[in-house]
Amino acid sequence: MKLIFSISRSGRRGSSIPKADVPEMNAIPQRFRRKKSAELPEVSEQEVIRHFTALSRKNMGVDTNFYPLGSCTMKYNPKFHERIAALPGFAELHPLLPQLRHGGALTQGALAVIYEAERILSELLGFSACTMQPLAGAHGELAGVMLIAAYHKACKDDKRKVMLIPDAAHGTNPASAAVAGFDTVEIASDSEGNVDLEDLKKHLGPEVAGLMLTCPNTLGLFDRNVKEICRLVHEAGGLCYCDGANFNAIIGRVRPGDLGFDVMHVNLHKTFSTPHGGGGPGSGPVGVAEKLVPYLPVSRVTKRSDGTYALEYDYPDSIGYIAPFYGNFGIILRAYAYMLTLGREGFRRVSENAVLNANYIRCRLAPYYDQKYDRFSMHECVFSATRQVAKGVHALDIAKALIDRGYHPPTIYFPLIVPEALMIEPTETESKDTIDSFIEAMIEIAKMTETNPEQIQQAPVTTPVKRMDETRAARTPVVADLG
Amino acid sequence: MKYYSEDHEWVEIHGEEATIGISEYAAKQLGDITYVELPSEDDDFIVGDTLGVVESVKAASDIYSPVSGTVVMINDALEDEPNLINESPEDKGWLCKLTNIDTSELDDMMNVDAYDKYLKELS
Repeated sequence: MKLIFSISRSGRRGSSIPKADVPEMNAIPQRFRRKKSAELPEVSEQEVIRHFTALSRKNMGVDTNFYPLGSCTMKYNPKFHERIAALPGFAELHPLLPQLRHGGALTQGALAVIYEAERILSELLGFSACTMQPLAGAHGELAGVMLIAAYHKACKDDKRKVMLIPDAAHGTNPASAAVAGFDTVEIASDSEGNVDLEDLKKHLGPEVAGLMLTCPNTLGLFDRNVKEICRLVHEAGGLCYCDGANFNAIIGRVRPGDLGFDVMHVNLHKTFSTPHGGGGPGSGPVGVAEKLVPYLPVSRVTKRSDGTYALEYDYPDSIGYIAPFYGNFGIILRAYAYMLTLGREGFRRVSENAVLNANYIRCRLAPYYDQKYDRFSMHECVFSATRQVAKGVHALDIAKALIDRGYHPPTIYFPLIVPEALMIEPTETESKDTIDSFIEAMIEIAKMTETNPEQIQQAPVTTPVKRMDETRAARTPVVADLG
Repeated sequence: MKYYSEDHEWVEIHGEEATIGISEYAAKQLGDITYVELPSEDDDFIVGDTLGVVESVKAASDIYSPVSGTVVMINDALEDEPNLINESPEDKGWLCKLTNIDTSELDDMMNVDAYDKYLKELS
């Protein structure tokens, strides 16, 4: 396929703008203007449409294919949410409006959405309050660990500089803690995939600010000792952070606040079915226990005694602003629509089916692929392609072979503690038929690995470009070739 | 004499200097190396510190300093040819050389036979 730059022909236009009949104003000073005109493609409207329609047809997404990308919860996003978000009363709101004089009265609907979404989320998480502002999961983590820092600071406990992070955590956890200024220390997993309690006890002490636990973890396992872990960390004076990226596994059934966690983020673009990946943007609200409420970022939406809503900024202990305006409002709105559509019973069925689907895949593929931990998983299951590697077929090759069979690859080589990992998360939105077809494809690949490994190593062969040289792409990246 | 750590780094001692790298097993596990982040000369490390990072198509992994010391030389060639670690992990793909080393720290490491045995236990 040609780049839009090579379709370009000098002088070709999408539309013709009439010549100005008023004198030209040179409002931008000469020194700020470009010397040479920008090298933009010159194309007609029809060429633009054909080019981008052709590109979109090569795309693989949840609207076209099964997308079992582990830990990403690529569930289908109901189109109803898009209709709600497109309502002019929401879509055409200006973010400054509630801050203008009398603007609050004109934005009651939008403020109510933020307030109500926060209340429902707080109930689901078992926390006192949430901030809906963080713009992504990792942004929520950063806000969360900043709240932990603010808490220790307010307690005049300045020695707490260490954040403990189990090795089955999301990779963003140590990154977020480091960005917030903490030193990170890794805690080992035991032979069953839980946090190694002895290793945890060894590292607890007066310097520990807290522990960041991905729950369920990246092995798709719910830590059996989660309450004991929280108790131990609290006993040592630390706080417990829950990475809720995998909340889809337990929503409606377990409230992390009840388990002993103090602070937690969830990803609206995972569990709450808002667009994910290139379609984003993301949203990573953070819930907190009562003792962390004073430190939440501003602004916060409050409900007044007369039933109206207002933005409040007067929280002197707040960590301050973490995002422009009120977070990704359009995303919060979609998630709110999802919450109301499902209700309590609906959420219980989400987690039930997400876990059932993952275990169905786990059990049916167990004869063909190795598992490091042979126990019930939650919403995702992790295989290790070690048996296939003996035939020269790696996790990467299996992922590529799945593309040829019409499936988006699962996450590979993560979690790092499983060699040749294949992490599969089907989500609750797939039918048994789709999941069965996927399982058949995985079995077929496992069998072909025995008889004809070369064919797997050459995959994909049905895509617009064949097997990419990922090593060369990383070593000598060419990010734009306009030649 | 060459020594190996449980994290798959190796150390070779030549007089006052220790050359450090990652083992053939580690290089194989990581797959094609795409980028290496090396320490700077004169940096001081104590045993267990993060000395650098190797990135492959699969993952980014920290390299832990198997001994304490001060960096006297780094393998500049890796900047343009990170694949040297795949081609020759225990020779041309060395990472850096340390001085001011404490040879008693080597007592906690494995010789080649012990390391081979350790690898067998892993698989």
